[in-house]
Amino acid sequence: MKSGEPGALVTTLEKALTWGRSNSIWPLTMGLACCAIEMMGTQASQLDISRFGSEIFRNSPRQSDLMIVAGTVTKKMAPRLKRLYDEMPFPKYVIAMGVCVIQGGPYVHGYSVVLGVDRVVPVDVYVPGCPPTPEALTYGIMTLQKKIRGETDR
Amino acid sequence: MQDFIEINFGPQHPSTHGVLRLKAKLDGEIVKEIEPVIGYLHRNAEKLCEMTFYADNLVYFDRMDYVASMLMESGYLEAAEKILNIVPPERVLWIRVIMNELSRIASHLVWAGAFGLDLGMLTPFFYCFAERDKVLEVFTEICGSRQETNYMSIGGVYQDITPGIVDHIEAFLESFPKRLEEIYKIFVGNDVFISRNKGIGVMSREVAIDYGVTGPMLRASGVNYDVRKAEPYLVYDKLNFEVPVSYKGDNLARFLVRFEEMRQSVHILKQAIRKIPDGPFFNPKAKKSMMIRLRGDGEYYARTESSKGEFGVYIVADGGVKPYRVHVRSPTFKNLSVVQELAKDQMIADMVAILGSVDLVFGEVDR
Repeated sequence: MKSGEPGALVTTLEKALTWGRSNSIWPLTMGLACCAIEMMGTQASQLDISRFGSEIFRNSPRQSDLMIVAGTVTKKMAPRLKRLYDEMPFPKYVIAMGVCVIQGGPYVHGYSVVLGVDRVVPVDVYVPGCPPTPEALTYGIMTLQKKIRGETDR
Repeated sequence: MQDFIEINFGPQHPSTHGVLRLKAKLDGEIVKEIEPVIGYLHRNAEKLCEMTFYADNLVYFDRMDYVASMLMESGYLEAAEKILNIVPPERVLWIRVIMNELSRIASHLVWAGAFGLDLGMLTPFFYCFAERDKVLEVFTEICGSRQETNYMSIGGVYQDITPGIVDHIEAFLESFPKRLEEIYKIFVGNDVFISRNKGIGVMSREVAIDYGVTGPMLRASGVNYDVRKAEPYLVYDKLNFEVPVSYKGDNLARFLVRFEEMRQSVHILKQAIRKIPDGPFFNPKAKKSMMIRLRGDGEYYARTESSKGEFGVYIVADGGVKPYRVHVRSPTFKNLSVVQELAKDQMIADMVAILGSVDLVFGEVDR
């Protein structure tokens, strides 16, 4: 076949959809604490998150597919977080960023901290660290993309 | 009888710099009354400090003002070392000054980037974070962590600064002033930025003092008060620097004061790198095996100048291995309270600009 001639690409609709979906995950700005600054760092020039199709941080839950919960979730914030999650359209994903979000972190003995955001909303990918580096968050997003495409990690 | 519209700002809003909720009463577009609602990030750090050893409490201080963790650490150690009767060696004081000023630069850069975002400017955000990453590279080299450093410890620092790290800092100081002026030009060369900030949110000297405002916000209102000069700690009395003061009191003045502070920080760093003496980097009395056996007695209040203002730590000890009570006087909590005064009778769009100019960090407000 000469170049420039129309060709054909055979795939399933499922594969095409998940490929498109995995490469345009728009996150919701859910910066709660320290990890939010590293999340902003991931978005900034050093490690450009837009290489993975997640460049646009939406401020409205109705326009976003992914909720990166970055920072400690307190008992006062948890109902608001749940409400924002409920407002997001399907299909929706959650990344738990940082140990505070995973299980309470350094504040695990405190009285006002929710011990893991998975008690409030379902979580797809956990990114440990306090705070995780931007590289770690990028890896978390790549892991989520694999999950959306139905590939296994190993 | 006049009707007001009540609107709700936050806690999930891009301009609240974290998790602040504002209840605003509007008359058309004019803000008549706002009421900040805080506590969405209350992590009970003060209470947890009572349950942990003196050395381990640094973890909670790192995460208070999380963009300037070195400043928080040295603020806590000012008080804790007095309580525990441990005097750090001379070299440690100089290392702490260097780290403090680097942290101050990083903190102000985050503020400048976020302030730009609030006013609809995306470009300075990338410039500021690129420069901030260079500071964080130094931190990574020195302690292995980017943001929450946990570098300082009681009686010293975690590890000595090697000639390689000094070279790294010097290379940063070489390139940074040029980049800073570039960032400054992006802001000041923009007419929209000037007209949205000049004369907006004017805080008079009296209001600033009445509300207990400190830091760059106070200095922008014409009060020459900086803890580094008024009550020198570490080795700030051996360094030559100036405290920028503006008499305008508006958003633009606060912006200019912060940028001048960054220039002064570079000035301090250049002197400190040259003057740093040789010696041990920790007090042998506070070696690692002794850390959890350190006992303190009495009470002490230490004040330091963080990037946001006067950061005070009050520790009460009862002779045990853990403090009896730790209280933090956080500057942003006081600075936030003045917002309801500044935003009165301003436009709703200007309220966002005023809120941005305060430099809020919620880890510190709610603690």
